[in-house]
Amino acid sequence: MANVLPADVLPADATPVLAVEGLRKSFGTNEVLKGIDLKVGAGERIAILGSSGSGKSTFLRCINFMETPSAGRIALDGTPIGTEGRNGALTAKSGELRRLRTRVGMIFQQFNLFPHMSVLENVMEGPVTVKGLPKAEARAKAQDYLKRVGLAEKADQYPQRLSGGQQQRVAIARALAMEPEILLFDEPTSSLDPELVGEVLDVILGLSREGRTMLLVTHELGFAYHFATRVLFLHEGRIHEQGTPDEVLKNPREERTQAFLHRFSAFHF
Amino acid sequence: MNYSFQFGEILANGDLLLRGLKLTVLLFVLAFSGALVCGLFIGVARGSSRRVPNLIATAYIELFRNTPVLVQLIWFYYALPALSGWQPTAFTAAALGLFLNTSAYCAEIWRAGLQSLPAGQWEAGRAIGMSEWQLLRRVVVPQALARMVPAFTNRGVELAKMTSIASTITVQELMYEAKMLSTQTFLPLETFTVVAVIYFVLIYPGTLAAYALERRLNSKGA
Ligand SMILES: Nc1ncnc2c1ncn2[C@@H]1O[C@H](COP(=O)(O)OP(=O)(O)OP(=O)(O)O)[C@@H](O)[C@H]1O
Ligand SMILES: [Mg+2]
Repeated sequence: MANVLPADVLPADATPVLAVEGLRKSFGTNEVLKGIDLKVGAGERIAILGSSGSGKSTFLRCINFMETPSAGRIALDGTPIGTEGRNGALTAKSGELRRLRTRVGMIFQQFNLFPHMSVLENVMEGPVTVKGLPKAEARAKAQDYLKRVGLAEKADQYPQRLSGGQQQRVAIARALAMEPEILLFDEPTSSLDPELVGEVLDVILGLSREGRTMLLVTHELGFAYHFATRVLFLHEGRIHEQGTPDEVLKNPREERTQAFLHRFSAFHF
Repeated sequence: MNYSFQFGEILANGDLLLRGLKLTVLLFVLAFSGALVCGLFIGVARGSSRRVPNLIATAYIELFRNTPVLVQLIWFYYALPALSGWQPTAFTAAALGLFLNTSAYCAEIWRAGLQSLPAGQWEAGRAIGMSEWQLLRRVVVPQALARMVPAFTNRGVELAKMTSIASTITVQELMYEAKMLSTQTFLPLETFTVVAVIYFVLIYPGTLAAYALERRLNSKGA
């Protein structure tokens, strides 16, 4: 597997696809993110680990402004997103939000498919309503992406008829149909029965072979190892350790990372 | 009891009642269609986390829900002119009062309906770049509608009955014509029996239609 280098050693002339600087996020008086810096190069796949409450979801959600950052800077392809208000918080107007979210797709733990639309309509919804694509074109595209996740024959079903694994694959197709430059996954397999996890991970691995830029929060350490070009360990709102999968997962330097990994592998035989 | 009913005379004046009925229906249609739409906007403001819209919507809703509708109509007809110099016709005052009153109730139905949807649906829509209005139109309203039909039906039935209050500010709707007829003919028993039947025939099909619609929406969504 060709390892993309960590951002610190990216070639100096390469603009990162995503650049996060000094990102902070507070909910009331609870500061959840305490200054995160991250540069992501094109084609990098970043696995984010960390214990519950360490701020993994909040970090992903700040990147596409599902949460508004309390401080810091976020740039896509060198262009800053949002404007800084008087209190330092970033805000984005609706037009800018729409453009941002067509460029940064997100997949949730709970799939969140639209239950009143068929599988095909779910995938077409973004291209038609948000991008204004003609229906015929959007339908062809949606069928394409459904084929990519192996669900072409489920196009006319309603989501409730599908298994969790199939629903999550539709959710991936729905995100892909927007043709985003970056994909964010927040524990995409955490609410699946164990026997359904594999099919979703296979689809995600398929995407990594296409060279897509992805950030993925997961508790599946084995998968993170095969998926990622870089692994981040988040602790109390900071990046505590990062490096290649071999560095972080096999030879962690930090005590907390070691303790975290130890807890997760405690029951592996 | 040996009272002999004299429906003949009432039915002979059927055209009077029919004229009143037309105004009753017009009042209902204007107030209800306006309130359904206006209620959505107030309901969105009421459910919003933004301070100012939320405060205004809350004040509006509480004001109209916690004062008698009779007082509201009389206020629009007799007090508003003193305040604004604009004298609405009795019909305009009644339509306005019923519309604003029903809007307040519809706003609460909308708010509850919108909030009944799992947060994940809003998130999924936002994540593919939908605006809040696109989300409402494409994702939220179609799903919430089935759940809101019973509440809107109740509101519609309430409103249909409430139109009879307009007679107190001289709107010549069904109830007004009935009062006139009963004093002319000295036949209140017959008059108001006929009027009750007319109201029932008017309202009951609406209730039945709503049941049917609710069943259809429920079977489609699941
Ligand atoms: N909308 C919110 N309002 C208030 N507090 C929040 C909100 N979202 C998250 N938090 C708090 O922020 C902290 C970090 O939450 P976050 O969901 O980012 O953690 P996480 O690393 O994703 O955890 P998990 O592994 O359990 O998903 C938690 O203490 C949580 O209670
Ligand atoms: Mg989380």
